[in-house]
Amino acid sequence: MIEALNLSKRFQDKKRGEVRAVDDVSFTCRPGEIYGLLGANGAGKTTTLRMLATILEPTEGTARLCGHDIVEHPERVRKNCGFLSTATALYPRLTAQEMVEYFGRLNGLDSATLKKRIDEIFERLDMNDFRDRRCDKLSTGMKQKTSIARTLVHDPPVMIFDEPTLGLDIMTARTIIEFIRECRERGKTVIFSTHVMREVEKLCDIVGVIQGGKLLAEGTLEQLRQRHGEHDLEEEFVKIVTPHYVPETV
Amino acid sequence: MAMRNIWIVYCKELTEALRDRRTLITTFLVPLLMIPLLSAGFTAVMSAVIGKAKREKPRVMIIGGTDSPAVGEGLKQYPKIKVVPATDDWKSQIIEKEIRAAVEIPNGFQENLGKGQAEIVKIYLYRGELKSELAASNIESYLKEYRDTIATQRLEVNHLPADLLKPFEVKQQNIAPPEKVAGAILGGIIAYLVIFMCLNGGMHPAIDLTAGEKERGTMETILSSPVSRTHLVLGKFLLVLTASLITAALLVVSMGASFTVLQKSHVMDALTEEGEAASQLTLGPAAVASVFVMAIPLAILFSAGLITISLFAKSYKKHRVTSHR
Repeated sequence: MIEALNLSKRFQDKKRGEVRAVDDVSFTCRPGEIYGLLGANGAGKTTTLRMLATILEPTEGTARLCGHDIVEHPERVRKNCGFLSTATALYPRLTAQEMVEYFGRLNGLDSATLKKRIDEIFERLDMNDFRDRRCDKLSTGMKQKTSIARTLVHDPPVMIFDEPTLGLDIMTARTIIEFIRECRERGKTVIFSTHVMREVEKLCDIVGVIQGGKLLAEGTLEQLRQRHGEHDLEEEFVKIVTPHYVPETV
Repeated sequence: MAMRNIWIVYCKELTEALRDRRTLITTFLVPLLMIPLLSAGFTAVMSAVIGKAKREKPRVMIIGGTDSPAVGEGLKQYPKIKVVPATDDWKSQIIEKEIRAAVEIPNGFQENLGKGQAEIVKIYLYRGELKSELAASNIESYLKEYRDTIATQRLEVNHLPADLLKPFEVKQQNIAPPEKVAGAILGGIIAYLVIFMCLNGGMHPAIDLTAGEKERGTMETILSSPVSRTHLVLGKFLLVLTASLITAALLVVSMGASFTVLQKSHVMDALTEEGEAASQLTLGPAAVASVFVMAIPLAILFSAGLITISLFAKSYKKHRVTSHR
């Protein structure tokens, strides 16, 4: 369960002055649901997710993950979520297995549980071939799988994915999409950000459209379609984010 | 729980450090090789230079003294110098290092000696130049010998006892134990080397564990794990401290070893005539241990300082990462 309550983040920028990266965003994401944060580059998706993962502190407002406040108890929040973003790299000098083990231990798993977990995850993500290979020798897809194994090792109830398929080939991207769907089936709360419309159509139960740090629209795909009278998601997205909308002439 | 997390972070950083070639070189190789190479190189160069200077017969000139052939003849016979014919530009020849020294015999030296009138014999040298000083001291030692012969002759002529001019001898005798002599000499050097090595050993790990983590993009990964910021920093600090201490320890041990080897090989004997101070430059196990103990607080200070400084490097990225809790 994720509840964002008037989440705001402001930065001081030398040239632009005060920047409202995230402005008064509130939403709820329930277990067994995938919440898709849809927005252009710089819309505030990453900042929102980073605040949820307690990497950034909100300027105002707060959020609760499984009932834990992100400002009051960041360590409890981190224990209950798996965070994956384009900025969460792997330790190049550790092997894939050591990488996952390290995060399992930091999450307080004992050796027996950890071993069982790792065997299970490595089997499911088909990672046994490069188990003992150093992370700097892995391909992009292998790295992404290792990162996922890392976020999964402590079996968190909440998963936060920031553009998880960015820069991946179709086959690896499909594995990731498949995996996110599996998280939902296991009753996890999943939030993920993207600017790829197809992923939203394939996966999301609820979509939040974010632009300029503000949550402009929210609802199921069906609700959004009805509200804006559009069947094409891309058209719909453009309609939401541009105030003076002019339909594309075909 | 707290100790467990610090230990987990420490173990992981240790695994990574041991796989990093640069850390291995700065932590293990540099301190192990620095002292042997430095001391071997230093003694080799020094003994070569001094040995060569001692073997070479310095060229000297005798100025004046044509009316005193005895002293001139004596100097020419003296095996430790080579007398060359005098020229007028002897001063510039000394400066140009054509000759190493010159000795000026005053006019009527021998005649005045017979009359018992004191004379000054001047030795010209280029102070600070090793070979010139050696030449001058060789001339001086001959002249002193010559003076003593004359004095003895005079005493004999007057039927006086030989020890008239030297009623007693003065001699210095060292009673300090050899380790103390060595300690006084080494004390200064070791302190500086240990300070330098503590800093040097911790430098690369400190940068690698903080700025390196940002650079490789793993900072956000580790911050998304439940480990508390304090435990994370403590684990990293302990690793930098370990590297710093290992470096300092290896340095002291290798220093002790190289001095023992040097002493056994008698390389240093060439340098000192008596071979006294050199052959006693030893570091016992107790000395090595106490130097190491004294290095600990220093290493702690340096490790903390290095981590702090390195954390500021590259910290102004797009978003600043929080450090709360």
